[in-house]
Amino acid sequence: MSYDRQRQPLDPHSVFLPESPSQTAGPYVHIGLALDVAGLPERDHEIGNVMAGPDAEGQPIEIAGRVLDGIGDVVADVLIEAWQADAQGRYVTDFAFDNAFNSLGRAAPAATDAGHWTLHTVKPGRVMHPDGIEMAPHVNLVLFARGINVHLHTRLYFDDEQQANQACPFMQRVPPSRRHTLVAQRNGDNDAGQPRYDIVIRLQGDHETVFFDF
Amino acid sequence: MALNEHTAFVMRDRLHWHPPAHDTGYKTAVARSPRQALVAIQTPSASERSGPDFDRMALDAHDNDLLMNYRQGGERDGLPIGERMQLFGRVIDQFGKPVPHTLVEMWQANAGGRYRHKKDSYAAPLDPNFGGVGRTVSDADGWYRFRTIRPGPYPWPNDPNSWRPAHIHMSVFGPSISTRLITQLYFEGDPLIPFCPIVNTLNDPEAVETLTARLDMARSRSFDCLVYRFDIVTRGALQTYFENF
Repeated sequence: MSYDRQRQPLDPHSVFLPESPSQTAGPYVHIGLALDVAGLPERDHEIGNVMAGPDAEGQPIEIAGRVLDGIGDVVADVLIEAWQADAQGRYVTDFAFDNAFNSLGRAAPAATDAGHWTLHTVKPGRVMHPDGIEMAPHVNLVLFARGINVHLHTRLYFDDEQQANQACPFMQRVPPSRRHTLVAQRNGDNDAGQPRYDIVIRLQGDHETVFFDF
Repeated sequence: MALNEHTAFVMRDRLHWHPPAHDTGYKTAVARSPRQALVAIQTPSASERSGPDFDRMALDAHDNDLLMNYRQGGERDGLPIGERMQLFGRVIDQFGKPVPHTLVEMWQANAGGRYRHKKDSYAAPLDPNFGGVGRTVSDADGWYRFRTIRPGPYPWPNDPNSWRPAHIHMSVFGPSISTRLITQLYFEGDPLIPFCPIVNTLNDPEAVETLTARLDMARSRSFDCLVYRFDIVTRGALQTYFENF
């Protein structure tokens, strides 16, 4: 294993440790990260699926998702973490419960939701790629679940940003035939009159979602 | 502020060190593992490099104290049953640098091996004074600390007779979403470790060693609790002073 080659214990200034290895978040991830789904009384503040409060700048939207496994079954015990820019394309790195908008959110389906999860956020602005070209609006998603040994990174794009999606330098890293797996479909408005976008994340098989390593 | 504009993170060793996505011994992984290759990103953008900083996150006083945070009743009658223990350690990166102000979250079964979760129906009883969840933010030098009871092992339906070793789920962010990590802490000397299909998703025995908390007898507190040490290592951060042309 590369660990032995990498470790140089003789020189304290060149210490190189192996990263802590990942282990699955397991079926009871909700006790730790989504207490209401576990049925545990919540603490005063939780990192939840409302990323944008009423005072957040930008267009409020709802993202409605499901995750399916390789045999088409719903992954009902998934935990999703979202990381996205605000309406101006800036990441709010200073997380606080009283921020009008937080770049970080968490979503998990309740037991009665048949695997459906939602995020309440704003349409993200465009973020500059190192190439000097703006990327299309997107939400970074991280998936944790029983049976997922190392969490999976993907992105969510929007189907009403077709031109921006085609020009997005990050999207161009994805084989053309697989790009559609990242694009959420506008599906009318939710009860609050906010645009709703649907996404199905497929862990395996036909139309398998693109996952990233970076 | 964790924009990490001039930071590159050491590549994750997915080939030898982290568990493979597809592991037939851990049966749930079979249908939940991608078959296509991960798409590699050589020039990460702000979307990959940035991450949340938790310096301003308001926590409750007992959020890192599982003896207290879900107990009922008064003084001593409301404490959870089990072996009292403290868990402490340091969040550092692969170059040994402390990772300050990062969120460390954990969850666990009670002393009987039962999770306080709607979906857990194991015969061991719930403990009305134990929730099984904690969180804290590492200090300026990367140190974190929890007080809890030692979790029990429990059966699960992977094989006809599978048991999880005692473990605590540990979650840490590090400076970026690139360093995000969830893992499990095991206990030194637990005889169930070598039998566990989830432990055995790790192919390198040394990787299991790094997930094994050590008894710290020197810091254990007389007539109070044993102390276990568990350091968490997140991906190394390199400063990039030159443009990538």
